[in-house]
Amino acid sequence: MTTIGLYVPGRSVIHRLPAGWKLALLVITAAASALVRTPVAVAASLLAVLLLFAVARVGWRTVLAQVRPVLWFAVPLFAFHLVVSDWRRAVQVVGVLLALVLLAALVSLTTKVSDLCDVVVRAAGPLRRVGLEPERLGLLVALGIRAVPVMVTIAHEVRDAQRARGASASPAAYVLPIVLRALRHADRQAEALVARGLDD
Amino acid sequence: MPVIDVSGVSHDYRLNTGAHPALRDLDVRLTESRVAVLGANGSGKSTFARLLNGLIVPTTGHVTVDGLDTAKDGKEVRRRVGFCFTDPDAQILMPTVEEDLAFGLRRHKLDKGQVAERVEAALVRFGLVDHRDHPAHLLSGGQKQLLALAAVLVTEPAVLVMDEPATLLDLANTERMRLLVEALDQQVILVTHHFDLVASFERALVFHETRLVFDGPPADAVEAYRRLVL
Repeated sequence: MTTIGLYVPGRSVIHRLPAGWKLALLVITAAASALVRTPVAVAASLLAVLLLFAVARVGWRTVLAQVRPVLWFAVPLFAFHLVVSDWRRAVQVVGVLLALVLLAALVSLTTKVSDLCDVVVRAAGPLRRVGLEPERLGLLVALGIRAVPVMVTIAHEVRDAQRARGASASPAAYVLPIVLRALRHADRQAEALVARGLDD
Repeated sequence: MPVIDVSGVSHDYRLNTGAHPALRDLDVRLTESRVAVLGANGSGKSTFARLLNGLIVPTTGHVTVDGLDTAKDGKEVRRRVGFCFTDPDAQILMPTVEEDLAFGLRRHKLDKGQVAERVEAALVRFGLVDHRDHPAHLLSGGQKQLLALAAVLVTEPAVLVMDEPATLLDLANTERMRLLVEALDQQVILVTHHFDLVASFERALVFHETRLVFDGPPADAVEAYRRLVL
């Protein structure tokens, strides 16, 4: 089961900070990350982010779970910059990337999805004039987050079914059932949305 | 009790290969508080269940709930008729238990305090208080089905339609589901293969090959069903 970006209940200062504030601070920090240039500044940034995780009382296993999915991208990126540039540049690019991924994860780990959706709905309010319903946009965000563990579960079940049947490791044989099951799930979820009153 | 009228109803699913009949020439009026729906896979019972709250509308004929036509007044019908699906994973739409319970109340235009009050009551009633902030996908199968049921009942529908809610449950959770259903104030229309769940029901319908073939007490319905399929 995935623990990526899932709300971890708590009463820390970070948990209690309004969702809008957290998102605004995340955006400002992302913009300010361009100023982090030296390895020392990168280390300080990562340390500061880890300190925030400690303040939020999020366990180190959960922290590692946030980083693991980006390693497949971060490691080659580090190697690439080592080759075309130098180790300082590699540390800067990958370090800032990891710090921002962790910070974004901290926001989602300490904020309820419904609170995030409320922010999205408020922020998208002006789009009502061009015919877009902010509530639907908020729902889209919630369903997107909800879809992550569902897709992970489907992928695991398909892999297990393949292993059980001794099937080959063909990518098509893996991807196709996942796509079909995801579409089937989407159909059922659409039905549930209607049943639960989304068309109101 | 609400009155559900199904008159002259047939329903076809339109596929690439043409129209495939799912239900034929159905006339039935449901006024009892507990109605079981039995039948083999593909007999038309799930189609029948979906017709009752307007998830699908009949190809011919009419379905009304307290006089409201599911084809014309779908939204109003769905406010009165809650629907519980077989697979709770598809029905749970929000990431955590508490958020999912609150989701269904959006359409009821309640203030935050009222929503919190109803959600709290549902958490207590279904034994989910300790799982309030728990990611829904990490719940056990039984807890997920409980959450799905709670999420429907928190909106206080007059009718509850359940489409094979015990299919993914173990023995203990099936029994828990039976006791919960037994204690409900709502009119319950329950599609199932678990005969124990509906033994105390007032009425049972048996579907076979897209038609209603038996309408009577559950014990006799089970016998009729066995004769048809075994």
